[in-house]
Amino acid sequence: MAVVKLFGAWLSPYVYKVIWALKLKGIPYEYIEEDLSNKSPLLLQYNPIHKKVPVLVHDGKPICESIVILRYIDEIWPQNPLLPADPHERAVALFWIKFADDKSPFISKLYRTDGEEQQVAAKECFEMLEVIEGHALVGEKKFFGGDEINMVDIAFCSVAHWLGVIEGFTGLKIFEPHKFPRLNSWIQNFKSIPVIKDNLPDTDKMSAVLKRRREMLLASKSS
Amino acid sequence: MAEEVVLLDFWPSPFGMRSRIALAEKGIKYEHKEEDLRNKSALLLQMNPVHKKIPVLIHNGKPVCESLIQVQYIDEVWHDKAPLLPSDPYQKATARFWADYVDKKIYEVGGRVWKTKGEKQATAKKELIETLKLLEKELGDKPYFGGESLGYVDVAFIPFYSWFYALEKCGNFSIEAECPKLIAWAKRCMQKESVAKSLPDQQKVYDFILEMKKHFGIE
Repeated sequence: MAVVKLFGAWLSPYVYKVIWALKLKGIPYEYIEEDLSNKSPLLLQYNPIHKKVPVLVHDGKPICESIVILRYIDEIWPQNPLLPADPHERAVALFWIKFADDKSPFISKLYRTDGEEQQVAAKECFEMLEVIEGHALVGEKKFFGGDEINMVDIAFCSVAHWLGVIEGFTGLKIFEPHKFPRLNSWIQNFKSIPVIKDNLPDTDKMSAVLKRRREMLLASKSS
Repeated sequence: MAEEVVLLDFWPSPFGMRSRIALAEKGIKYEHKEEDLRNKSALLLQMNPVHKKIPVLIHNGKPVCESLIQVQYIDEVWHDKAPLLPSDPYQKATARFWADYVDKKIYEVGGRVWKTKGEKQATAKKELIETLKLLEKELGDKPYFGGESLGYVDVAFIPFYSWFYALEKCGNFSIEAECPKLIAWAKRCMQKESVAKSLPDQQKVYDFILEMKKHFGIE
């Protein structure tokens, strides 16, 4: 019987954050793919409040919310630590993790909306990139975690992978390498880490599914 | 080395109250600086350039932003007195989950109760009660969310109690009628000096909300 189970959905950046954390620490786990349009009774039992993925189940006990899960994983399996040990440095890392968590939903809004709503989301995304470029990546660090990735790098994964795919099929242009040189370097570095590179959803598949989802969402809005 | 602790704050902010409570629980002496949010100090803008918001905790010149991060920082640095987070990782995860739930729900839904009217307000009131009932269920028969003593979730949540009277007046409803156990918990928390000293008078908060409503042109 697997000690660690992860309930996820192949498109969700929140799920990948947990996958990468488990793989970076070398923790074996059983992965259960959820159909979010038809959630399993087990998922609803493990996450009755939010009914969302990811849910980590460790020795039969569920943990919900991706950041709560990441911090739990980091505490139970301290090898390859994902947060700094110094309390102030850790507080700064947690600040950026919260920032990423609060702002990333605007990336998904880019494909869920159109017209003025989409413009607002695009503006929020652009401002988020400006803040990262101007405040989070100062000091010529390779990663937010220094020479190695940590929880902050993982937290910004939507910027590294999901944003580009969504820009592709919506025709939006928010991230441009020359406007965000530090961020551009970080994205290249982040995506060349083997654990990340080998565990990313396929961009063509993502494009097709999200494009279809967009069409359905916008059609249901106008009807 | 002498510890220098400064809290940049704004008296009705439930987020500021969280850090006030945590500092008081640990018996930490600090300098409390009240900010005028219409005229933010150079210090605030320097210490929180990203959000320009309070509260900001400044420890020996280094800023910590975001109230729950401040509470966790205070708990870690001054760990030998009045621990707020449990030591067991699973219980810690549970505490973080519920503090996150309070963060995601109470401020936004509560805000809609005093900022809106008619059907929007009715919806907001219903959502608020549902949220509070869920928290009441999580509390169960424990004296505090933290168990026998005040914990992380209690510190995260109790500040909003100082806003209940204002919300009840604005929404014309009684929170105690719907969630008696929760109000009993709140009154229990208020018996603690760290909480009583950190929360403003509920009438004062109501007067503040009325001023805000006038300012924003909300009837």
